[in-house]
Amino acid sequence: MKIAVTCRGASPDSPVDPRFGRASKFILVDTESDGFQVIDNAQNLNSAQGAGIQSAETVSRHGAEVVITGHCGPKAFRVLSAAGIKIVVGAQGSVAAAIESFLKGDLAPSECSDVDGHWE
Amino acid sequence: MILAVASGKGGTGKTTVAVGLALSARGGASLLDCDVEEPNCHIFVKPEILRREPVMVPIPKVDKDACNSCGQCSEFCRFHAIVALKTEPLVFPELCHGCGGCAWICPRGAIREIRREIGAVEVGMNGGLRFIQGIMNVGQAMSPPVIRAVKAAALEGNSEHDRVMIVDCPPGTACPMVAAVRGSDAVVLVTEPTPFGLHDLRLAAETVRKLGIPFGVAINRSDCGDGRVEDYCGAEKIPILLRIPERRDMAEGYSRGESILSAAPEYREPLLRLLEETSRMAVENKKP
Repeated sequence: MKIAVTCRGASPDSPVDPRFGRASKFILVDTESDGFQVIDNAQNLNSAQGAGIQSAETVSRHGAEVVITGHCGPKAFRVLSAAGIKIVVGAQGSVAAAIESFLKGDLAPSECSDVDGHWE
Repeated sequence: MILAVASGKGGTGKTTVAVGLALSARGGASLLDCDVEEPNCHIFVKPEILRREPVMVPIPKVDKDACNSCGQCSEFCRFHAIVALKTEPLVFPELCHGCGGCAWICPRGAIREIRREIGAVEVGMNGGLRFIQGIMNVGQAMSPPVIRAVKAAALEGNSEHDRVMIVDCPPGTACPMVAAVRGSDAVVLVTEPTPFGLHDLRLAAETVRKLGIPFGVAINRSDCGDGRVEDYCGAEKIPILLRIPERRDMAEGYSRGESILSAAPEYREPLLRLLEETSRMAVENKKP
């Protein structure tokens, strides 16, 4: 299973970035091979609008089946859901710890976005 | 003549100047409130609204049966207003700029455009002054289509009020300000002699220069702050067309919804001179 985690650094030891749309990077972990890939998201940090949508497109294109992050807004949630990607919010600490919490069942996928959009 | 009253910084006195100019001009004038996110000229003009028309923008509508989820619409849209990930496209109307590119590029003709209401234009009168304002609906993010609708309403028919058109613009230097200023014959940039006022005046001056429209500056609360706005205008050869000092009676009048002319009727002359001067600049600019 491929899990994308929003991240402030470039390794699984780095802290989870609480933002989804404007996350610095995504760490894409393959739980079968235990390997990971770093996806840069710098272009989205400065986008005027639609950052959540574009981040959702990025993780989908990389084959993620689960997204783990701090918060997720309504537009990103709609796109991720349409792509069949599970969304886990409320993650803290390191990327590795967040993945472990998810695999143990301490962090569960959400049914809806947990923060408002910027214009709602 | 179309005269746009703009600024970089908000709260410098655009509405004060725009309303003052429109009322000074008397017969044959129109006042356009293009600050459509929070139009407030009506408070000072107190017009009788004669008609109201909705402002519509096009958005895509996807025919699910015809769509094969190829994703070309999604790749085309730089605003992420239409997104297709292995599935039928999702549309985010509030992000759509209405360019129609998704419908144009769709190889299966699965996208057509439908109309969505984002605001309204109101046209009214008070005495000899024609008044037109745009109102953007709450929750909408894109004001330029409403601003363009205000200008289009002002330009259609009724030429007796076309002699002087004063456009009260939104603050800033982004798309809404450009949409409001574009097409005018001259611009007056209202500022204040503070560091913020100067910083944003520079940005506004650079923007208006790029648009190729002649402009001058009005300094509001001209006796506060420092001399850097005056120095800047001198160095850049930008004419200072009006100075309004800080006066308690003017501020009190404003807070009661009265124009500058009721607290300070003596400002009619300087405002008329500003109109004459900008009109002269506009004519000069149009000479080959």
